[in-house]
Amino acid sequence: MKKASTSKFSLRTRPTSEKLVDIGFKNIVVVMASMVAIVLFSIFAVVYYESTESISRYGLRFLFSSAWNPVKDEYGAFTAIYGTLFTSIASLLIAIPLGVGTAIFITENIIPEYIRNVIGIMVELLAAIPSVVLGLWAVFIMEPFIRPFLNIIYELFGFIPFFGTQPLGAGMMPAILILVVMILPIITSISKDSLNQVPSKLRQAAYGIGASRWTTIFKVIIPAAISGITGGVLLALGRAMGETMAVTMIIGNSNNFSWSIFAPSYTISSMLANQFGEADGSQVSSLMYAALILMILTLLVNVFAQWIVKRLSLKY
Amino acid sequence: MNYSSQKSLTFNPSLTRNIGNKVLTVASALFAIISVLPLILVISYVLIKGGSYINLDTLILEPEPPGDDLLSAGGIGPAITGTFIMSIIASIISIPVGVGGGIYLAEYSKSGKFAKFIRFGSNVLAGVPSIIAGVFIYAIIVSTKILFGSMFSGIAGGISLSILMVPTIIKTTDEALKLVPNDMRRAAFGVGASKFTMITNITLPAAFSSISTGILLALARAAGETAPLIFTALFSRYYITSFDDLFYEMGSLSVLIYNFALEPYEAQNQLAWAASFILVVVLLSLNILSRWIGKLGDFSKNKV
Repeated sequence: MKKASTSKFSLRTRPTSEKLVDIGFKNIVVVMASMVAIVLFSIFAVVYYESTESISRYGLRFLFSSAWNPVKDEYGAFTAIYGTLFTSIASLLIAIPLGVGTAIFITENIIPEYIRNVIGIMVELLAAIPSVVLGLWAVFIMEPFIRPFLNIIYELFGFIPFFGTQPLGAGMMPAILILVVMILPIITSISKDSLNQVPSKLRQAAYGIGASRWTTIFKVIIPAAISGITGGVLLALGRAMGETMAVTMIIGNSNNFSWSIFAPSYTISSMLANQFGEADGSQVSSLMYAALILMILTLLVNVFAQWIVKRLSLKY
Repeated sequence: MNYSSQKSLTFNPSLTRNIGNKVLTVASALFAIISVLPLILVISYVLIKGGSYINLDTLILEPEPPGDDLLSAGGIGPAITGTFIMSIIASIISIPVGVGGGIYLAEYSKSGKFAKFIRFGSNVLAGVPSIIAGVFIYAIIVSTKILFGSMFSGIAGGISLSILMVPTIIKTTDEALKLVPNDMRRAAFGVGASKFTMITNITLPAAFSSISTGILLALARAAGETAPLIFTALFSRYYITSFDDLFYEMGSLSVLIYNFALEPYEAQNQLAWAASFILVVVLLSLNILSRWIGKLGDFSKNKV
């Protein structure tokens, strides 16, 4: 019998080509990873650079004036900023109880597992429906359906400035409702994930000392999962502020400021979608300024969301 | 409260806490129904209303100029191919960048400063509103006419969509690779594999199904995006006939829906519904497909 090799171990020397491939591959993936940073910085740099003309001309006045007159070169984004903040916060207030309630319903042992899974999948599929399709649905189906109800509110409470315009189609209220539909899946799925991560020992301990289901949920489970829920809510806020198509199609696109939630209004993103195509000269610069404001707003919300998730992470 | 009800250990449905419990449970069920309702309503309207306008002509013909003659509405053929082409362009750019970035994060620098920064950056990029991606591409490609002197183009549209796909792909690649057990890496190194071989032959195949889930989800999101396309690809009624047409305006399903929904003509609105039908069916199938692929590669249940 021959021995397979003379020595028990033979050290393999790495050929130069292999080393080159290794180093080359590492460099390629480093470049790919850096692309994220490069794109992010260049988005900021480009949008800032393009808006410098408008920034130097209007400064902070831009934030508080609602003049928008391309003929006279007067620009102010107050209506759009107010519209962005108001629609997104109002939709958030409606979506939080709905989303968190749904998340609780499908994580706690209330219904059989297959129904829970079906509801969970359905809510996530809702996120897959493109914004523009929701906009189409909102324009042709939802808005005509809810208009009579809004009219009743207008007739009963029209003396309050908030409801002070007759709802005649596109306006802030339908936009808020369609935003609720769009951010519900985010809130629900993130809350669901963080509720699922709460250890079952906490639940058992609470039930063991005689707590009822909802006492357990309010006093034990939600506090334990609050960081994830808050993170999800903030992400949803960021999404709502940047949401464009459905809002553009249903909000009415009017730069006239009104307190009424039935009146047509504007958001920054709908203003961009509506005017960018045919803008030129200083209007482009002013739109870029508005885009910069939108970007800073969403950036603040997103960074805050990430910070909260880290800061309040599970204590258990 | 009387003495006996406090002492009794049997369930007493008339206690305040038990009534409250019932009320809250019913309320949460109601919330869940309300949350699911929009999906059912939107899908049924799109499928019924949109589906009834679908026929071979609608799928193939070019849309006619606006007018209220139902017979001359034309079809959505160019928009379907446009969406397809721009999704391909976006994938060609974003898949290498996303998967490469994910490989860097998971295999080379798991917790270094740079890796932390890139993770943070891709989260921030994921939160950047899609319309800002359009504004950005408008500023650097469309208004500078950098692509052979042409302004709005299908390529610009594809690039703006790729910006939206990258963060999702990086994140899923990173997380999928982290789930691959370290024993597999050690085994590969143990038999003398180089790091490149280890990654391409061991960890990437092991994480393949989760990575493709992420890619499909990103693709589904990009294909439905409208905002960045409104002023990068604009819209065109015509089929592309040559490679050069990539450098000119290109139609897409989502922009067609936006444009034609706001037209006052019934025929155009019908095309918008038909386009929604195609878009929703394709996106929902992509989502369900990705879910199915994701289940195949679940490490907790697999043989690994």
